[in-house]
Amino acid sequence: MRSSKQTLLDRLFPMGHAIAQEGLVLRGWGETKQGRVHVIGTTDHAAIDTRIALTLSDAVLKAIAADGSDPRPIVFIADTQGQALSRREELLGLHGYFAHLARCVNLARQQGHRLVTLIDGEAVSGGFLAFGLLADCIVALPGAEVRVMDLRAMARITRIPFERLTELAQISPVFAPGAENYWRMGGIHALWTEAEDWSEQLLVLLQGNPEDERARLGAERGGRMLAAIVAQQVFHAH
Amino acid sequence: METLHLDLPAIQDASLNPRAALYGVVSSGNLEVLVERGHDATRCVFEVQTAAHGFVEVWKAVLTDFAARHPVGGLSFAIHDAGATPAVVSLRLDQAFQSLRGA
Amino acid sequence: MRGLAQSYREALARLRVQALLDPGSFSEWVGPTQRVTSPHLAALEAPVSFDDGVIVGQGLLHAHPVIMIAQEGQFNGGAVGEVHGAKIRGALLRAVRDKPGAVLLCIDSGGVRLHEANAGLIAISEIMRALFAVQEAGIPVIALIGGACGAFGGMGIVARLCDVIIISEEGRIGLSGPEVIETVKGVEEFDSRDRALVWRITGGKIRRTLGEATLLVDDDIAAFRAAAGEMVGARSLFLKKRGLNPTTSSLQTLQAAQQQLGARAELDAEIRDGQVLWSRMGLGDQVSLMSPEQFNRRLEALES
Repeated sequence: MRSSKQTLLDRLFPMGHAIAQEGLVLRGWGETKQGRVHVIGTTDHAAIDTRIALTLSDAVLKAIAADGSDPRPIVFIADTQGQALSRREELLGLHGYFAHLARCVNLARQQGHRLVTLIDGEAVSGGFLAFGLLADCIVALPGAEVRVMDLRAMARITRIPFERLTELAQISPVFAPGAENYWRMGGIHALWTEAEDWSEQLLVLLQGNPEDERARLGAERGGRMLAAIVAQQVFHAH
Repeated sequence: METLHLDLPAIQDASLNPRAALYGVVSSGNLEVLVERGHDATRCVFEVQTAAHGFVEVWKAVLTDFAARHPVGGLSFAIHDAGATPAVVSLRLDQAFQSLRGA
Repeated sequence: MRGLAQSYREALARLRVQALLDPGSFSEWVGPTQRVTSPHLAALEAPVSFDDGVIVGQGLLHAHPVIMIAQEGQFNGGAVGEVHGAKIRGALLRAVRDKPGAVLLCIDSGGVRLHEANAGLIAISEIMRALFAVQEAGIPVIALIGGACGAFGGMGIVARLCDVIIISEEGRIGLSGPEVIETVKGVEEFDSRDRALVWRITGGKIRRTLGEATLLVDDDIAAFRAAAGEMVGARSLFLKKRGLNPTTSSLQTLQAAQQQLGARAELDAEIRDGQVLWSRMGLGDQVSLMSPEQFNRRLEALES
């Protein structure tokens, strides 16, 4: 395992952990003051393909099966550059593997598992949607990069000049990469700093709320003013 | 984006009982038209937002022609344009008006 | 008597909505007159649309109340931004409250709208969670896919979360579009201009073959309407006949899905083209000639 991931796990679980790496997937458990938690994640900026998606969904299903009526929290560690780009993977229906993984994560929530995602490294688009972004609570660790697409690629595709995008990115969190932007929009619940005690911070998150309150959070933080209001307008429309 | 507001005299077709409706689509070389009831039966109001700059005079000509050809008094047309040619603009407006008549 | 086919693919979303539902039954929520447009497109000087590219509301399908969500693929590729996504989420949350017979989700989307990428990504995640809530309330979500944009990116994932997918031959579902794969991995990996190849990788027939879609239909709005009607009207019958009951996932159903997907991922590396798979199944070169009806029947025979 990468030493940076080892350091992360040591900081999160000073009371002990047993987490193995299978390909680019991490799975195992960590010990907290409130008991043992499952740890499931990816490392080395994994491009999520069908095999990784299956290993992740297998880990989630095994956690659900193992705990039965006493569901323990699951800590996801997201480190992904996005989905694998391959013709074969598309043919196999990578989107279907991602949907399956998402269903497994949702079943875990329904069964009472608290779900926390820690972004360590990168969290990009499709690979992030399939599991990390579905947790009850999502945290970016220092240095985490969160994005759909970098600004140069975006400029190319939208035909909006790169300079214009860079300029606008200073005032709007809505399109430019960055964990802080996602925080302002309510897509990330917290940004952890180096100085904090992550094992203590994790305990707080494990008490979190499983309801999806991201739209409300985005409005409170001033980064996403319409998501909650427009959904409400539709909800109450005559 | 360039915007244009135009308020033209027009005759009204009293038999028309328009419900607000949206026609067309904002895609390259195309436009959408939202037709609603206006405030004055003797006027027709146009609000245009266009991605193509520098065509205000062309827009005025096309819309004036349209308002002269149809009894559009008491109606308002809001347009989002993504670079439609004058011919396409005319066609879409005519289609919107025909739909309004239930033709 | 049957009227002339009205192409689903060619039609705008508004026409699809009118023609899919019982005549005159549709009423829209937060419609174009409310002018809830995207401030983010406007900030980038990009054209906006009065409905932000999605229509949501309620109507009747064969007299059953349904909630309708229809993306306009011709506006920014049906891509999901803040307002667009919030309208879909609001309609799904409303389904949980109003308990219609079904939610019809007409997907025609490339995924996240880049002009507001962060808002779009979060919105799709919110849509996923709201969709789960609809299913947990026992309401089936039926995806209809037959527009030019298909269902890609996050909307490809959303499509696959639905209980039923009705797709035309021309409909496509996937995660990364062929253009993206070609740009990053080269033309040898995926030639996006080879339309027949693109169709054999992501098109309706291959999706139906792999069980990634439930039913293949003609590119005709009436055919989509008939298929959706069958599922709303006699839903349990339809689903029972095909051994489907995925509305609420259980540990058992997901373990079974895990097995199935695992077996598919083990298919040998030769399989990089739907044609190879069809040949192995004994369908050979007949596939492109088969009508949707013939194709469904042939696959049902193979599946049983």
